[in-house]
Amino acid sequence: MKIHEYQAKALLKEFGAAVPRGRAVDSVEEAVEAWRELGRPRVAVKAQIHAGGRGKGGGIKLAETEEDVRSAADSILGMTLVTHQTGPEGRLVKKVLIEEAVAIEKEFYAAVTLDRARGCPILMASREGGMEIEEVAARNPEAILKVALHPLAGIRPFEARSLAFALGLHRFKKAEVLKEGIRTLTALARLFLEKDASLVEVNPLAVLEDGRVVAADGKVNFDDSALFRHPEIEALRDEAEEEPAEREARSAGLSYVKLDGTIGCMVNGAGLAMATMDIVKHFGAEPANFLDVGGSAKRKRVAKALEIILADPNVKGIFINIFGGIVRCDEVAHGIVAAKKELGIEVPVTIRLTGTNEEEGRRILEEAGFAVGKSLNEAAEKAVAVLK
Amino acid sequence: MSILVGKETRLVVQGMTGREGGFHAERMIEYGTNVVAGVTPGKGGTTHLDRPIFDTVEEAVREEGANTSVIYVPAAFAADAVMEAAAAGISLVICITEGIPALDMMKVHALLPAGVRVIGPNCPGVITPREKAKVGIMPGHIHAPGRVGVISRSGTLTYEVVWALTESGLGQTTAVGIGGDPLPGTRFVDALELFRNDEETEAVVMIGEIGGTDEEAAAELVAGGYPKPVVGFIAGRTAPPGKRMGHAGAIIAGGKGTAAEKIEALNKAGIPVADLPGEIPRLIRDRIGG
Repeated sequence: MKIHEYQAKALLKEFGAAVPRGRAVDSVEEAVEAWRELGRPRVAVKAQIHAGGRGKGGGIKLAETEEDVRSAADSILGMTLVTHQTGPEGRLVKKVLIEEAVAIEKEFYAAVTLDRARGCPILMASREGGMEIEEVAARNPEAILKVALHPLAGIRPFEARSLAFALGLHRFKKAEVLKEGIRTLTALARLFLEKDASLVEVNPLAVLEDGRVVAADGKVNFDDSALFRHPEIEALRDEAEEEPAEREARSAGLSYVKLDGTIGCMVNGAGLAMATMDIVKHFGAEPANFLDVGGSAKRKRVAKALEIILADPNVKGIFINIFGGIVRCDEVAHGIVAAKKELGIEVPVTIRLTGTNEEEGRRILEEAGFAVGKSLNEAAEKAVAVLK
Repeated sequence: MSILVGKETRLVVQGMTGREGGFHAERMIEYGTNVVAGVTPGKGGTTHLDRPIFDTVEEAVREEGANTSVIYVPAAFAADAVMEAAAAGISLVICITEGIPALDMMKVHALLPAGVRVIGPNCPGVITPREKAKVGIMPGHIHAPGRVGVISRSGTLTYEVVWALTESGLGQTTAVGIGGDPLPGTRFVDALELFRNDEETEAVVMIGEIGGTDEEAAAELVAGGYPKPVVGFIAGRTAPPGKRMGHAGAIIAGGKGTAAEKIEALNKAGIPVADLPGEIPRLIRDRIGG
């Protein structure tokens, strides 16, 4: 799960990292009020969406006077911000963060994420702040310093200290930079471990001219599997940032990802669902979605899955691929028939059904007027042929 | 011979009196697996499917000589169940449960005693058809004793490949579902090592997917010298970056973990990668004949 920058900064602050003073608002009047509360300083007006690249897209503006603040907030609030991470449709901006502009002496990068190869959290930092870490990793991997953390011990003082020295935080004129840097790195690691995050990223981590070290930006993602024990994190969810169909699927217990193609796919099992998309592509079409109906595909879930697929106006044909193991083919067949009755499916449907109770499933579907294949390749070819 | 599970397996089912655990325990017994006990805290002293139920794994080990455990307990308690099995002296823990927090699994790996192997979590389990040992949730009837070892991050996609192997007459020695989570207890490289010296296994199929770098690590291992042919399949060529495709581990993050990278790494190591699951039996026959 993703959250907004202002929420991430509040969490970072809770764990002991310094952040610029500021407040998130959703109207121009409140923006001006927030600016006054801050003491009328130079501020950054920052669009709050779940995507990076906001500055380049016009979602971050500096403002110094009331008029500036008003016009910046007015232009950003309600805009559809397009960045390299939003896709061409962009995201509607509903909130802006009004934040004191800080005088930065040097920008660093710091993050904690899961190192899958090593199986532990990893604290990473770089002197090349403000740049995307993937870019640094590709161009100059030695510039990224890494400390593997023990998941039970958490971050130990010497680990944060060594990293701070390696970054050269002791070379600043203001002596407090080192101590502040250590405190910030420690905060990142603690937030990651205590809140079951999957990523805590501060870029840039800014050393200010006055010697303070602040998180000038903040991004925190959470492990979906651990949200059950963090209701306070679940409460930060902004459903408007999620694809509506994906949200609906999630609440129905389905795993769905919308894609740009025209062949809707309904499959049991995530790996087979991915393979089915690939097969659709192999035979010359593009999949409209990833959809895993799950290991216990009951008829109601099957019907709901078809409803979600059919709601996508790009879908010109549906390919259903079920390998019945634990899932019974007859149960799935009932779901498909029920969906046809309730929704009135108008696009061609190609079904591949094999495994447990296959004959019964086939009979139910054929009686309802569906054609059912047994071989995956043949069925996929047929599913794609409907476009021609 | 076989790997991981077989005639020697004495299985304890953690969560046997639950809906999932009970259903699958029955299927495993039907298949021929030697299920010796179940564990459900609070139900010790009862029986289920004619097997004794204990409050603790330690009792199942002491009273029934259990040496392998399979876990069907809910995600919030599953990591603890793994640790309980390990502490009780179980050497092979197969965890079916999906949705265990990543941090819980990191802690398990940090604390796991040497000599204890974990398979999964979020996996279909392990099956050795020749010895009628099925530990997990896979449908038994699609398997057949044979010559090919299977390692997979997926569930139903494994069934697809297993069924293709069965229909083609190649069959399986052991099929190992290593699971779709980002931190599996057993990875491709570990399972490849287990198959390395298994006499019955003439070739190995590895079924990977987007996310992580475990397929690349396997490619490196094979490139360094592996005594039998390995054939691959990678799911997720059409998956977009940054989106989790069902499995917690199936995500292209920071531009890393794409199918294209994995296919390239496997090909470089001399491992052919099938475009379609149905091509796998032919790729194997090309290499081991029959």
